[in-house]
Amino acid sequence: MSGGLQTTANASLGNASDRASAVIRLVNVYKTFGKQAVLDGVNLEIPRGKMTTIIGRSGGGKSVLLKHLIGLLRPDRGQVLVEGTDITRLGQRELNEVRNKFAMLFQGAALFDSLSVFENVAFPLREKTKLSNKEIRQKVLEMLEQVGLTGMGEKYPSELSGGMRKRAGLARALVLGPEIMLFDEPTTGLDPLLARTIDDLIQQTQQRYRFTAVMVSHEIPEVFGISDYVAMLLDGKIAEMAPPEQFVKTQNRAIQEFVNGGRPVGAAR
Amino acid sequence: MTTAIASLGAYALSVIREMGRMVLFIAQTIIWMVCPPFRFFQLLKQMHFIGVKSLFVIVLTGIFTGMVLGLQGYYSLRKFGAEGLLGSAVALSIIRELGPVLSALMVTGRAGSAMTAEIGLMRITEQIDALDTMAVSPMQYLVAPKVLAGVLVMPLLVAIFDLIGIYGGHLVGVELLGVSSGAYTSGMQSAVEWKDVYGGILKALSFGLIVTWVCTYKGYNTGMSAEGLGKATTEAVVLASVLVLIWDYFLTSVLL
Repeated sequence: MSGGLQTTANASLGNASDRASAVIRLVNVYKTFGKQAVLDGVNLEIPRGKMTTIIGRSGGGKSVLLKHLIGLLRPDRGQVLVEGTDITRLGQRELNEVRNKFAMLFQGAALFDSLSVFENVAFPLREKTKLSNKEIRQKVLEMLEQVGLTGMGEKYPSELSGGMRKRAGLARALVLGPEIMLFDEPTTGLDPLLARTIDDLIQQTQQRYRFTAVMVSHEIPEVFGISDYVAMLLDGKIAEMAPPEQFVKTQNRAIQEFVNGGRPVGAAR
Repeated sequence: MTTAIASLGAYALSVIREMGRMVLFIAQTIIWMVCPPFRFFQLLKQMHFIGVKSLFVIVLTGIFTGMVLGLQGYYSLRKFGAEGLLGSAVALSIIRELGPVLSALMVTGRAGSAMTAEIGLMRITEQIDALDTMAVSPMQYLVAPKVLAGVLVMPLLVAIFDLIGIYGGHLVGVELLGVSSGAYTSGMQSAVEWKDVYGGILKALSFGLIVTWVCTYKGYNTGMSAEGLGKATTEAVVLASVLVLIWDYFLTSVLL
C-alpha cells in the first residue's frame, strides 16, 4: 500500500502487534457501478481477533466493501488479501476454501424462507460437516439458546420479528465457529432497545469466540462502545481508522460532522 | 441516421451478450450437476414440485385437448367418410405435437414462473449471497436440481398428457359421436409407430431443458426490485414459451 491515506490508516491501527496480525488487507481497491465509482482506491487492514466497524453515509459503498472481503463482489482493480492470499485471483473452488473461514450476518438476515429456523441453523452443519443428526440437533439447540431463541426452532422466517430473524441469522453464522465474522448493518431497522440487545449479543459472542469481526453500520455513537477500531469510508476511500477514543478526536471536519449527526463542528447536540 | 445504426448495433450486441451468458449459465449448471455432493433430496423435491404438482393442470389440459380433437376430427373426417381414421388422427396429433408442446407450455406457466420468482426473491433478499458465503454453490444447490428435475419429469408428464388426451378423443368420438371403438383403437395402433413415440419423448426432454434453463436463468439474474422480479418472471414465461415453439419447429423438421 502506498500514499498518504495508507499512512493515516496504518498509523491509526493501534499497536504494532495489531498491524502485524492483519487478517484481511485491501490494497488500492476500486469498484465502479456504471459511471459511479463506489470504491475509489480503498486501503484497509483488519486486525485479527478484533471488532472493526466501518461507518459511512448511506449508499456510500460500505456493504459493497464488505462483500469484497468475502469475494461476493470482485474489484475492478486492486487486491483483497485474506491471510496473504489474494482472493480476487482465485477460482471458485479455491475461493470456497477461503470462504470456509468466514460467516456473514446479512442486513435482512437472509434466512432461507423454505426452511424452519432449526433447519436454517442446521444448514451449514449438514453441508459442511459429517455430524450425526443427533449431534446436529444438540449443537443447533445450544446455538439457539445462546441467541435467545429457545423453543423457536420450528418457526419459519416469515413468522419471526426483525430482531428474531437477526438472532437466527447470527446463530446460523456462528454455528460453524468462523474465524472471521462479517456483519452488514445488523441493527438497521430495529428499535433502539432491540438494536442495543443485538449489539450486546454481537459483542458477547465476539468476546466468547474471539473471532475477527468486521461490521458495517451507521449507528453512531452505539458502535463506538462495541468496536476495537472504527474506520470511516468517505468518497470511496478510508478517510480514517482508529480506536473509538481516538477516532472521535479526529481533525477531519467531514468525519466530525458525520459523527455529530450532520451538525457543524462545535454546534451543540 | 448514425444514432439509429449505433443503437441497433448496441441492441444487437446486448442480445449476443445475453445469449452468451445464457450458454455459460447452462454449461455451468451441467458441470455442477455431475460434481459431488449429489443432493438427491433436493432433486426429489423439485421433481415433486414440477411433476406431481403439475399433474392436475396436465390432466385437465390433456382431456380437453383430446376431446376437442375428437370433435373437430370427427366433423372434418366425416366429410370424406373417414370417421374410422379418428383414432389415428387424434393419437398422432397428440403424441407427435400437442402432448409435448402443450405440456411444456403448462409447465412453463405453472412451475417455470414459480421457479423464476423463487430464485429471484432469493437473489433480492440475499439468500443466494448467503449460500455463497457458506461456500455452497447456488448453481449446484438451487439451479442444477431444478434443471435436472425438469428434464426427467417432462417426458413423464407428456406420457400422461398423451394417454389422457387419447382417452379424451375416445370419449367424444366413440362414446358421444358413435365412432366404432374397434376402428378408433385399431386405427391408432396401425398409424402410430415407435418413432412417433420416441420423437415425442425427445421433444419432451428438450422442452424440459429449455423451460427450466430459461426460468432459472431469468430468476438468477433478476433486477434487484419488485418491479425487476415481475419483469424477470414475465420475460421467463414469454421467452421459454417462444423458444419451445421455435425449437419444436426445428426438431419436427429433423424428426419427420
